[in-house]
Amino acid sequence: MHAESQIREPLILGNKTYTQITDDIIKPVEGKTGKAWYVLFTISTLTFIWGLGCLAYTIGVGIGVWGSNNGVDWAWDITNFVWWIGIGHAGTLISAVLLLFRQKWRLGINRAAEAMTIFAVMCAAIFVLFHTGRVWLDYMLFPLPNQFGSLWPNFNSPLLWDVFAVSTYFSISLVFWYIGLIPDFGTIRDRAISPVVKKVYNLLAFGWGGNARHWSRFEEVSLVLAGLSTPLVFSVHSIVSFDFATSILPGWHTTIFPPYFVSGAVFSGFAMVLTLMLVVRRVYGLQAYITVKHVEYMNIVIIVTGSIVGVAYLTELFMSWYSGVEFEQYAFLNRATGPYAWAYWCMMTCNVVSPQLFWFKKIRTSLVATFLLSIVVNIGMWFERFVIIVPTLCRTFLPSTWNMYHPTFVDIGIFTGTIGMFGFFFLLFSRYFPVIAQSELKTILKVSGQSQKKDAASHSHSTAHAH
Amino acid sequence: MAGVITKKVIHGVYDDEVPLLEACKKLKAAGIKIKDVFSPFPIHGIDPIIGVPRTRLAICAFIYGLTGCGLATLMMWYMMISDWPTDVGGKPTWAYFYNVPAFIPITFESTVLCAGHGMAITYLLRCMLVPGARAKNPDPRTTNDKFLILLELPEEKTTEVENLLRTAGAIEVNHKGTVTEKLPY
Repeated sequence: MHAESQIREPLILGNKTYTQITDDIIKPVEGKTGKAWYVLFTISTLTFIWGLGCLAYTIGVGIGVWGSNNGVDWAWDITNFVWWIGIGHAGTLISAVLLLFRQKWRLGINRAAEAMTIFAVMCAAIFVLFHTGRVWLDYMLFPLPNQFGSLWPNFNSPLLWDVFAVSTYFSISLVFWYIGLIPDFGTIRDRAISPVVKKVYNLLAFGWGGNARHWSRFEEVSLVLAGLSTPLVFSVHSIVSFDFATSILPGWHTTIFPPYFVSGAVFSGFAMVLTLMLVVRRVYGLQAYITVKHVEYMNIVIIVTGSIVGVAYLTELFMSWYSGVEFEQYAFLNRATGPYAWAYWCMMTCNVVSPQLFWFKKIRTSLVATFLLSIVVNIGMWFERFVIIVPTLCRTFLPSTWNMYHPTFVDIGIFTGTIGMFGFFFLLFSRYFPVIAQSELKTILKVSGQSQKKDAASHSHSTAHAH
Repeated sequence: MAGVITKKVIHGVYDDEVPLLEACKKLKAAGIKIKDVFSPFPIHGIDPIIGVPRTRLAICAFIYGLTGCGLATLMMWYMMISDWPTDVGGKPTWAYFYNVPAFIPITFESTVLCAGHGMAITYLLRCMLVPGARAKNPDPRTTNDKFLILLELPEEKTTEVENLLRTAGAIEVNHKGTVTEKLPY
């Protein structure tokens, strides 16, 4: 047992014991559901159903019901896809990268952040699957033996890399998440009173026992999966950025895209984690486990990644001027002063200016300010993808192809539908699954618990006197 | 009965991992074999004391990863070079080597996919964790806040061991009947 410096603030507040941690975290699963949950769940479900209706309408009538047109052939579909995939990145970053760096504060938020990753990637998948136009032919994206030759997908294409990257990312995240959930399902199973509940969690817990061998293997699996997920998370958004960067369109054809997309993804993902966790800690009374210090740590990540994104925006502007290529210069002039200038300046304000407010300790430790700014960042990151796609495509090489883009009710319906779907799954998750990885959290109680730290301080003080 | 020995099953229950580790060390010093230890979270440093060898799952993951890497290479070589070479913007389709930069992302993804899933499946099967399996912990409190040493002992040693467990700080020592074991001869 190693001691932790007293300078570090405790990560578990109050005088908690192991069994209190279990009680507090499993309370939403065992207890009664509040009214707020039902209200939110109804709203999410209705929005989700509306989105499904819009998808059915798209299938029935054809993709022409979207606002995308001959010039602007990628619009809200790819904007929303990149936005959702980006949001997903924070979950893997928290559970994998912070595990490799041995950051103990990840344990308060990793479970919910991983759930967010999985649901966000599901939302993103809807857009890529449907933007192909004929969703029932999507199996042709995979290298399946067929009777057209055999004609294979083109492995030189970043669009195909994306198929592999996103599906690998989704399935690995799902496995990582579930393996972590098994011990916690075991706890719920062993405490359950109702036979039906016991049966369900017994099925989910896979017979978990928690003996020494299982824990030793569990830790090895977590570590290796974290090691595999870390390059994976960087590769996924790099490959998403290749969808743009390997094209020849001015404004897209730049080498800065992969690092710029990855930091943007982490930036928006942390903002979404904050939005969700600030609600979850309040609704389920988990203030002792998701503390102001956790929020502050996440806000620091937001300053860092937000600043990287800001530098990337400025680098793009500088390089377009410095390159001397007229098309490149026009692309950026058009973004900042063209018909979609309002979107560009909205993006600049939300992503470059607003996160800098977190340099003030008062703001980054204020929960209200954090909640509002996290939503601002998410809006800004949506506009970033919109600005990359629509203003570029509406002013390409041939002025005769220039035209504007207007979303239809179907575009809006599908986008809000995915938000509803995300809410639907996240609410179900928070009601039936433990939102904090309670068995792993117990490992840091002795070194990072508030009263335990206090005891350690007084103990070391008294031994110092004795010498 | 010839060829069969009967052993007493004893559960030493602790409410913290520190006294449990102490007890394990004392049992080891007394030459008593610990059947298993159940805990609500991983206890660091217990493996060498109770004789759990280092898991070889990481080696498995490495082998699965190599397999995934090889399968992806073979697939892309067959589809893009051998079976149906397509001229895409003049990219070299006649040799895998010249086209390899474009194949690296999918080779990487396939490596991670096979290593991750292969390792997860091996882990679940090695621990016999399958949907609907019966709970493997002998006492349901061990997934909450109790730590348990499981011992199977010959009758004559039980009093000695019980004292040992209690002096190390056990809050309960439970006798859980007997098990019969066939002798190897």
